[in-house]
Amino acid sequence: MQKVTGELLINKALELLDNGTVNRVLGWKRGEFAYDMTPAVFADAEELKNNFVFNDFCGANFSKYLIAETRKEGKVLVFLKPCDSYSFNQLLTEHRFDREKVYAVGIPCEGMVDISKVKKAAGDGILDIVCENDGLVVKTLYDTDKVIDCKEVLAERCVSCKSRKCVAYDELLGENGDVLDSSRFDEVEKLEKMTEDERYAFWQNELSRCIRCNACRDVCPACTCEKCVFDNPDSGVENKAVSDSFEEKMFHIIRAFHVAGRCTDCGECSRVCPQHIPLHLLNRKFIKDINEFYGDYQAGAEVGSRAPLVNYTVDDLEPSEAVQKGDADNA
Amino acid sequence: MQVKGEYKPLIVAFCCNWCSYAGADLAGNNRLNYPDNVKIIKVPCSCRVNPMFVLRAFQRGADGVILCGCHPGDCHYTSGNYYTRRRMALLFSMLNYLGIEKERTRVEWVSAAEGAKFAATMNEFTEAVAALGENKRLEDLRCKK
Repeated sequence: MQKVTGELLINKALELLDNGTVNRVLGWKRGEFAYDMTPAVFADAEELKNNFVFNDFCGANFSKYLIAETRKEGKVLVFLKPCDSYSFNQLLTEHRFDREKVYAVGIPCEGMVDISKVKKAAGDGILDIVCENDGLVVKTLYDTDKVIDCKEVLAERCVSCKSRKCVAYDELLGENGDVLDSSRFDEVEKLEKMTEDERYAFWQNELSRCIRCNACRDVCPACTCEKCVFDNPDSGVENKAVSDSFEEKMFHIIRAFHVAGRCTDCGECSRVCPQHIPLHLLNRKFIKDINEFYGDYQAGAEVGSRAPLVNYTVDDLEPSEAVQKGDADNA
Repeated sequence: MQVKGEYKPLIVAFCCNWCSYAGADLAGNNRLNYPDNVKIIKVPCSCRVNPMFVLRAFQRGADGVILCGCHPGDCHYTSGNYYTRRRMALLFSMLNYLGIEKERTRVEWVSAAEGAKFAATMNEFTEAVAALGENKRLEDLRCKK
């Protein structure tokens, strides 16, 4: 259950529209299903009142939308959850949008819900989901209403939430949280402890499900190149249907590498993956390595910090040592 | 000469123009032996090597990929190899994480005066890769000959 209500956000948005601070609002509206909250731009009060929603399914990170939105006339209002505010800072660091054209309102987040977990808990035939104070009320075709505790169906990224602190905002609704001491690298460590063959089998199993829909790339707030290397017909991995197991490995290694050091670990890639591939485990491996090799670094924690891959020190770790370090930890 | 049926690993060596390529030249001038299945690709700087180059080499049939550059501090472009070092540390660690044999990838610093080191490195690396056998985990069946 979220601490701020949709009503509160609508009122804030109406106020800012009214006094002319902004001329449109970036928010969520209901999509086809009750659990399908889609990003939308609201330009007038009526639309806002009728369609704006904020509940436990509003996981979408708006930072990337600002790149296109800030090219238009006037100021845009954006609501930033703590995760989103890190991406916001990272994009500012990379000069991807004009800060002057955004009015950012920070909102607290209690963690978002993973619909696949809800489906598992409630069964098939979900007709409607209402987010109540004490949990999700799920109406299904077959059963009476089920009440599910949000804590039990939290998305993976929210279970191991790294921070509840909004790091960028013009105005804050509610109270700001703290940076948490999360257990987000536990899964990565578990994989590192496996043998080489086990790891290979694990990833082969996960990545072979990839259908190359490119959703992970398209949603990623760090992937902001106008022309992507994977759109190049000569990239060797451009096929829509995966025709060789090499393709998905190449795609996922390079996708993760291209955001290494810039990834804020917002977890959007895993959220949108229709095949439920744990893509965040690739990104987190890079983050963990960077922390271990070059000192703790959180992308987006502040504007203007220098990413580890465009930086160096003369006594950095040698690549052979880096690989061995991983092995020594296993022993 | 390769006897038919005998397995010889294919090694791709990215050598920087200023140090390692000259080092390879020196190895040749000094008549030092190193395996003929090491294919050298000259790059302006070791930092020119995009992680995709490494993966592409594996895709096209390499069994091992080695990067050679100037010693840290001696880069012709002042700092190129420092970036290489960070990039490859992360890339190799990631490949290891995905279960690809870590012996297949290596970074070695070879200066223009180290012909002997170049030959020794290539001999040793080829042997290490040969012990692993064919690259199965990062191969692309469509590129099979």
